[in-house]
Amino acid sequence: MNDKLIIGGKEITNRFFTGTGKHPNNAIIPQIVEEAKIEVITVALRRVDLTSPQENILNYIPKDCILLPNTSGARNAEEAVRIAKLARACGCGNWVKIEVISDNKYLLPDNYETVKAAEILVKEGFVVLPYVSPDLMVAKALEDAGAAAVMPLGAPIGTNRGLQTKELIRILIDEIKLPIIVDAGIGRPSEAAEAMEMGAAAVLANTAVATARDPVAMAKAFSMAVEAGRKAYMAGLGPVRKEAEASSPLTGFLD
Amino acid sequence: MDFLTLLSPQAANYLEAMAQKAHRLTVQHFGRTVLLFTPMYLSNYCGNQCVYCSFSSNHRLVRKKLTLDEVEEEAKSIAATGLRHILILTGESQKHSPVSYIEDCVKVLKKYFDSISIEIYPLTTEDYTRLVKAGVDGLTIYQEVYNEETYDQLHPRGPKKNYRFRLDAPERGCRAKMRGVNIGALLGLEDYRKEAFFTGLHASYLQNKYMDTEISVSIPRIRPNIGGFTPKFSVPDRSLVQIILAFRLFMPRMGITLSTRERAELRNNLVRLGITKMSAGVSTEVGGHTIKNSTGTGQFEISDNRSVAEIKEMLLQMGYQPVFKDWHQLNGERAGEQLL
Amino acid sequence: MKLIVNGRDEILDREMTILEFLQTKGIDPSVVVVEYNLDIADREKWGEITLKDSDKLEILQFVGGG
Repeated sequence: MNDKLIIGGKEITNRFFTGTGKHPNNAIIPQIVEEAKIEVITVALRRVDLTSPQENILNYIPKDCILLPNTSGARNAEEAVRIAKLARACGCGNWVKIEVISDNKYLLPDNYETVKAAEILVKEGFVVLPYVSPDLMVAKALEDAGAAAVMPLGAPIGTNRGLQTKELIRILIDEIKLPIIVDAGIGRPSEAAEAMEMGAAAVLANTAVATARDPVAMAKAFSMAVEAGRKAYMAGLGPVRKEAEASSPLTGFLD
Repeated sequence: MDFLTLLSPQAANYLEAMAQKAHRLTVQHFGRTVLLFTPMYLSNYCGNQCVYCSFSSNHRLVRKKLTLDEVEEEAKSIAATGLRHILILTGESQKHSPVSYIEDCVKVLKKYFDSISIEIYPLTTEDYTRLVKAGVDGLTIYQEVYNEETYDQLHPRGPKKNYRFRLDAPERGCRAKMRGVNIGALLGLEDYRKEAFFTGLHASYLQNKYMDTEISVSIPRIRPNIGGFTPKFSVPDRSLVQIILAFRLFMPRMGITLSTRERAELRNNLVRLGITKMSAGVSTEVGGHTIKNSTGTGQFEISDNRSVAEIKEMLLQMGYQPVFKDWHQLNGERAGEQLL
Repeated sequence: MKLIVNGRDEILDREMTILEFLQTKGIDPSVVVVEYNLDIADREKWGEITLKDSDKLEILQFVGGG
């Protein structure tokens, strides 16, 4: 069965996306990509430390991966746009995960600034994947703006608390035509599978992989769970009966 | 479940199961409530020749248009029955019932009613906005028939010939910020399964795109009218029920409006299947709420002649709450001011 | 001559281009992106742009992120 996810004109088979942050060492990244067959991977953009230049993360990412730079560090739309343009100037494609965070306590995305950034970046020709708190009106605004997907959070970044926002994500899946990619908060493969069973288009998890005892094995477990959840969704889940079928006839008058 | 499947002949074998679920969904989303309203016919001058309608300009019918004083008398008479929601209707005539006339009528009616809906010829977005500003909050407009060829045959002359302008009217109403938009197909003009399917798709499109507007559908079956038009397709009660159930299962939160085209006993039975709005104390004649003797100039014959009080009693007997008013428009007042 | 590079003062004892500056700092030009006075500087121009007093440079690279 051909069940590819298409974003920005690219066909994606593995609907599990991961990131390159928080890993014990960079050398583990190519192993993760290979073992878990990762196709989309996130990176961030930072100032070079002039006193001790770091390793180039790109050396650890196989060339056929789709690079999804985020705009982390941006506190408003203007900064996100600036970071996105710099990321594109690195010459690794035109995808961008808009991440605008102006709250240091919960690290929740600033939906309002994110919509503004998305409107600008779509016009500038980016493939825009905005990271947001799951809100229907915001998702609709992003759809209108021409975003390529919507990335609602399952729980605050890095908390590994799972699909806390399930009901809101379900509404986005029902109402928004764009792929809904659950990002942030997913702590375990079963939660990733649950998101996929609901009809999410993909799942992104970084912390859960990077902080596992064996990140390579965990990445593989996530890929398998995401695939299983997707297959279950496509197969159509059987009905759950809430109660026995009822009582007195309602259509008796027709006889 | 797939909407098309719900409308299929096969699904007709599962009406009871569909009804149980439809009932459950309706109670879940609306409670046991039915909103009551009544139509007020302002004018029967019409430049169209819809073959199924008594107001067709082909027919020798006593033409009448209410003066603003008469509108006020009608309003008083209707308001005395307790109704607070009203639907005003006219034929299509730029000469006799232009937008400015509707606007004047609305100004009078605002004194007596909390909700004013219009069922008139299709307007531009600007004109809808103008009426919304005047105090109109609901738009009812039926496509009559979604099949474009049939539409063309049934509307031989007049401005109504423009299929597309009518089809897009509900959307213009949404853009003009109507609080509620009610659409429908006149059942019997075409294959009712197809027509109900298109009506549902139209409603679903509007609901998805304009989430701030409450979308409703009507399920009007053709009634006897001057001119003796015989509908090409018969729509038995069983099919009407299937359509209502399919709508409810397809769109659990959508309003479903039932008119007095249907007989009293059937209407009683349909309430529990998903109906959320009903007309009561109805006359389809211009001035019908105040004139003593009917002149037989109504738009169509009605089947349920019960008064508002009788309908109210019927609903209470069934354990339903008759709702006379479900919102209050704040015309520039501070929110809550009325409550103080 | 004083520049501001990545938000910090940087003293240069002679005139040089962006490319030369990166090389003296031991930075591989192929892995960074440069913003020169708030505009993204084309990679091809790095050898042509000569740094002036109080210019602002931002030198960035991809790092791990989620």
